[in-house]
This record gives sequence, structure tokens and C-alpha cells, in this order.
Amino acid sequence: MRSTDDAPVVSVQDVHLSFAGVNAIAGVSFEVQPGELFAIIGPNGAGKTSIFNVLSGVYRPQRGRVEFLGESVLGERPHRIAARGMARTFQNIALFEHLTVLDNLMLGRHQHIGYGFLAAFVWRGRARAEELAHRRFVEEIVDFLELEQWRTLPVGLLPYGVQKRVELGRALAMEPKLLLLDEPVAGMNLEETEDTARYILDIRDELDVPIIMVEHDMGLVMDLADRVMVVDFGVPITTGAPDEVQRHPDVVRAYLGQEVAGG
Amino acid sequence: MTATATERRSRSRGRLRGRPQLYRSYAQELALFNTRPKQVWVGVIVLMSFLLPFLVSDSLLQTLALGFAFAIGALGLNIVTGLAGQVSLGHAFFLGVGAYTAAAISGDPDGRTIGFGITNILVWLPAAGLVAAVAGVLVAPLATRLRGLYLAIVTLGLVFIGEFVFGEWSDLTGGNGVGREAAVPDLFGYDFSRDSESLTADQNLYLLMLVLMLVFALGARNLARSRVGRAFSAVRDRDMAAEMMGINLPRTKTVAFGISSFYAGCAGALIYSIIGFFEPSSFSLLLSVQFIAMVLIGGAGTVSGTIMGALFISLLPTLTRELPSYLPVISAQVTETPNIYQLESILYGLLIVGFLLFEPRGLFGIWVRIRNYWKGWPFSY
Repeated sequence: MRSTDDAPVVSVQDVHLSFAGVNAIAGVSFEVQPGELFAIIGPNGAGKTSIFNVLSGVYRPQRGRVEFLGESVLGERPHRIAARGMARTFQNIALFEHLTVLDNLMLGRHQHIGYGFLAAFVWRGRARAEELAHRRFVEEIVDFLELEQWRTLPVGLLPYGVQKRVELGRALAMEPKLLLLDEPVAGMNLEETEDTARYILDIRDELDVPIIMVEHDMGLVMDLADRVMVVDFGVPITTGAPDEVQRHPDVVRAYLGQEVAGG
Repeated sequence: MTATATERRSRSRGRLRGRPQLYRSYAQELALFNTRPKQVWVGVIVLMSFLLPFLVSDSLLQTLALGFAFAIGALGLNIVTGLAGQVSLGHAFFLGVGAYTAAAISGDPDGRTIGFGITNILVWLPAAGLVAAVAGVLVAPLATRLRGLYLAIVTLGLVFIGEFVFGEWSDLTGGNGVGREAAVPDLFGYDFSRDSESLTADQNLYLLMLVLMLVFALGARNLARSRVGRAFSAVRDRDMAAEMMGINLPRTKTVAFGISSFYAGCAGALIYSIIGFFEPSSFSLLLSVQFIAMVLIGGAGTVSGTIMGALFISLLPTLTRELPSYLPVISAQVTETPNIYQLESILYGLLIVGFLLFEPRGLFGIWVRIRNYWKGWPFSY
């Protein structure tokens, strides 16, 4: 019997996913340990985001096992998996654009707030107390991600980098037990990338949340990740520490192409 | 110690003198009317509304009472379409369900149509809402599988099914071209549709509808700023991300349809209790379109805008009826062309198109622009 401390947070075994004969994922297996920052890299179309979609229940794989916190989540609806404590951000920001930053963050608290629609009509007593309590919680995230000046603005009006940060905040508001980050620094300049790297490290170290990150920025991945998995055309090439992975001949081939004999 | 405790309490409750925009607690910021201008304006408007019946003519009061009842229905459509983003053309059907439920409960037991003789509004109004809400929940599975245009078409079908059923079920509805008497707005023996010692029937109805509309509006506003309303908006803006927040999409859409239909059912019961008599052909597509016009012209997703839109659409006929005396080209006779009824239909269309093109936020958006102009006056921003 394993103690809960070193049981993997996520365990993916031999997952196969195909769309009308096109293999998106072919035999991916990996485990993420508590407190670990696990990165998935690979060329465009390698199936990285598909792995996220399998984890969060958007896609159902044809074969394989997916366990989250020791329980199978295969075939479970996305909102149920989210309620178990899996939060994610999206490659192309998926915020609720007409709502304010605060409302977006409060939506991250959705599953922690308990009152129903009858209490909502009255907005007194329990409903009011809960709204105030969770507002206080959300304010800590505003503070953590330095979003003070944007609080009451609709997120659709905010600059790209800030929107990315709000999305990270929304995922954190869920108090997740696992955080999936899909290209957290895509489209950011150097300064914003460094800020985000700092937030990611803080999340792992201070909040102690294990993270799976898909990212193209090699510098960021090599600096932050504890372990890296490389996938190409849905097939896992190798998994290991960043510096090992970097030198792996198959990885070099996937990224730079194969050397032509005599060339 | 005691002094500081009192001090702390006064600090958390009150505002700093001379700093009206500074919030000192979340409770203060999350209050319904969280700024002084909001408190003053809402107070003044509500007070004026209660004084109005003693200042204007009874015919205008009847129009306004109808406007308030329509506003309740529009608030319902605003919940499902404006907040939750599910386009529904079937609103007229739920109005019909509510109107017939209320009429049947309050109707004369010995009459030609079904009636149970319970005229108390506290019985038939909630019943009308609940039966319509059940109908809405039954229809909701369609909304959980379809979206956008497809949902609009399916809910359109609902109106036609409703029209047919209402037309054929003459025991309940009196049948096409015949109709039946509507619910009687009676509260423990006080009949709002009759003149009482101090108030005329129209004053009575106006005040009743005003109070009910305020209650429904407060409920809608509270809902919008609650966990449930946020979930609705999340589903509207990005349903996939909403699911990742742990929001159950089918359940949320079902709740939205249920609440919206509850409002529609109550509105249907109230509208015809003002008019007194109705027939099945009332619940046609045109009625649904009228409600959509109210929400769009008022400002989708906003409570105050929806009420403005409902009153605007309700007062429109009163304005067009005045036209023939200014523009002799336009006739007040149905048999002549152009007449005011044709003009009204054209105006609905023009207004929807015009607002969508020039002010998608509706009357609410116009109000926001006026407010912002005067906030910054005499500077441009």
C-alpha cells in the first residue's frame, strides 16, 4: 500500500486517441508526482493540447487509462473532473470576455460556493455571506497576480498579457490540486515571460500545486520543469530531466530534422 | 477598547466624508445600489412611479400597467437570452401556459371553460409561473443539445405547437375566435380590476403591477449578480471554459429556461388579467418578437435596460395613435393604407435594426453614454 504522499497526482497509461483514423495520441504514458512541474513539448500538431483535452475530459480516448488522485476519470464529464480539482488555462485565451476580472475570478470559485438559485433571488443571509467570503479569497489572487488596477474592467478590454494573467488567476481561484497550463507565455514579450515564470514558480513552491505545462518556449521549459516529456505525431519520444531530454538524438531529430547522408 | 470597537463599526458601515467613491468594505462595494447617485436616482424614480397614478389619465395608467406586466416577461427573456445566451423564440408559448393556468384556476367553476374559482392572486400567480417553469424545464433538453440558430428554430416550432394546442383545446381556452375570461386580480377580497372607494380600477392595476414588477426586477437583478447569474454569463461567453470551472452545462441551461419560463408564465397571467379577456391567437410569433424587441432595444443582459425597453415598446402604440392628427397621410383606419398599425409593425423592425446597428447596448447604452458625458462635464472625458 502506497502512502498518499508519493502516490502520483496523475497517471496516464497507454492512451490512444484518433479522429476518423488520424492518430492524435498514440500510446502516451506518464505520471506526475506531487509538487512536480511536468512539461510536455513537441512540434506543432504533436498532440500536446490533445493530451490536455483527454485529461480534462473534453476528448474520450479509444484506449488507455487516466487516473487523477488515484481514481479513474476516463469518460467523466469535464465539469465533474474540474470539481475533483483539475484546473486549466487555454492556448488561445478562453475568458468570459463580457465579465469583469473579479467576476471571472469569482467563476473560478463557482464550485466552492454552495447556494442555489432560490437563495440567489433574495441575496441575503447565506448567499450574501458566501459572496463576501469568496470575494475576500479572490482578492488574494488579485494581490498575488498584481491585477489590482484591472479589477472592475471587462476582461475583453484588457491587454493580451493581462488577459493571460487573469486566466491563470481564474484557474488558481479554483484551488486546484493539479494545474494544466497550455502555452502560458505564448505571444508574450521577454519581460512578460519572466513575470509569468516567476508566478509559475510561486504557484508550485508557495501554493504547492503540481503543474503540467505545454510550452514552446524552450528556455522557459528547460529552466522551470522538473521533468520533460517530448511528443511528436502523438508518439512519446522520451521523458526525463530537461538537460537529458535536450541531448536526446530523437528529440534533436524531431525538432531539427534528420541529417541527410552526405549532407 | 470599546471606543475603537465603535470606531471600527462606524468605519466599516459609513463612508468617509467627502470621499463618496471610496469603498471601505466588500459589503459596501457589493451592495445593490453601491453609489450615491444610484441610490438617489432609483429612489426618485420609484417614488415618482408611486405618485404617477394621481397625476395622469387612467388610459395612460392602463398602458403603463400593461408595460410593467410586459416588463416582467421581458425580464424572463433577458435571463435566458441576455444572460445565458440561449436565443428563444418560444417565449409566447410560456406566456400562454401561464395565462391559461391562471385563468383556469381563477375561472368561474360553472362557466363554459375550465375554472376552479380560486381568484386569489397569491394562488394563481405562483401557480402560473410554476406550471410555465415546468414546461420550460421540459423544453430545456433541446437547448442543452442545440445552440444558436438551431435552438431559435426549435423554439420557434414551440410557438406553432402552442398556438395549435391552445386553438384546439377549447374546454380550456374557449377556442379560436371565441376566447375566455382571464384571471381575476383579487387579493383577499380586494379586486384590483374594479373601482374601489378611493382608487379607480386603472390606478389599482397600475399600483399592483408596479409593485410586482419591482419585486420581479429585484429578483432578476439579484440573480444576475449571484453565483447562478455568473454561471449563466459564463455559458453565454464561453461554454467550454465554463465547463472547466465545474459548471454543469445541461443543468445550468435547464435552470435558465426554468426561471425564464417562470417569469413568462407570471407575465402572461398578469397581462391578460389587466385586459380581462383573451383568445388563443394572442400567443403567436409576433408576441415572441415583441419580447425580443424589448430586450434588444432595452439592452440585452441588463435589468434596468430591459424594463426601459418594455415600457418603450408598450408606449409606442400610444405615440403612433397620435400621428394621424399631425400627419394626415397616415390613417387611423385599418382599411386604408398607410395606417398606424402598418406603421407600428414597420417601426418594430426599424427599431431592432437601428439599435443593433447604432447602439447594440440598447437604451441602457444610451443612458450610460449620457451618464458618462455628465460625469466628466465640462470635460469630454
